[in-house]
Amino acid sequence: MIGRFEITPTIASAMCPQPDASLAPARATPRVRSGIDIVQVSRIDESLKSFGGRFARRLFTEREQADSDLPSALAPRRYALRFAAKEAALKAFDLAHAGINWRDIEVVQAEGGACALRLHGKAAQRVEPLADISLSLAHDGDYAIAVVLATRAGGPH
Amino acid sequence: MTDTATLDARIRTVLHDHGRLNQDAQAITPEADLYQAGLTSHASVNVMLALEGQFDIEFPDQMLNRSVFSSVQAIRAALQELGAA
Repeated sequence: MIGRFEITPTIASAMCPQPDASLAPARATPRVRSGIDIVQVSRIDESLKSFGGRFARRLFTEREQADSDLPSALAPRRYALRFAAKEAALKAFDLAHAGINWRDIEVVQAEGGACALRLHGKAAQRVEPLADISLSLAHDGDYAIAVVLATRAGGPH
Repeated sequence: MTDTATLDARIRTVLHDHGRLNQDAQAITPEADLYQAGLTSHASVNVMLALEGQFDIEFPDQMLNRSVFSSVQAIRAALQELGAA
């Protein structure tokens, strides 16, 4: 949802030949957060085979498993995309050291096939109010990639 | 009670089998940074699942963080906290 992003005062100042002194100084909390992750599909396939259902059950919600398991030929790729999304979200929201259950970061699939992130439990509690979280997933051959972009909710700049 | 050397050896075997490190897991020091040694987030999940199977334990949510799997000694401390040693 790039069209919804606003140019921050800091960036606006950098673009003006004569900066407006009335513009607010840079903020400590970033307005836009981003995270990215790439996963090798064949390695996710190995995990699914090595650990049986435990890999899926520990990392993915029942809904994610239902969205990923069938058809079975696509399961490794679908799990890989969701794993990349969870890791990208951990980076975007700086949660790698927070002790977050992977199932609290859920990838939900709309009827049209588009995916979105839904946060639960501790993940939802630890993430500041956000105006928008967008998730992009892509795959090519043996690789799956996810990008998470989040904009901070309104309030003082 | 499992002694430290035996526990570290079992951890190194799991790292060898599942960690995909860029160096010999059997020779890695207890303090060495496993992420610097090539441990990825996905490989750390595999290591966690293998340790759970090996020691018949389950890592609770608060231990699902990067620092717990950052070194052999950090993993050892977590296992000892969970009563696996």
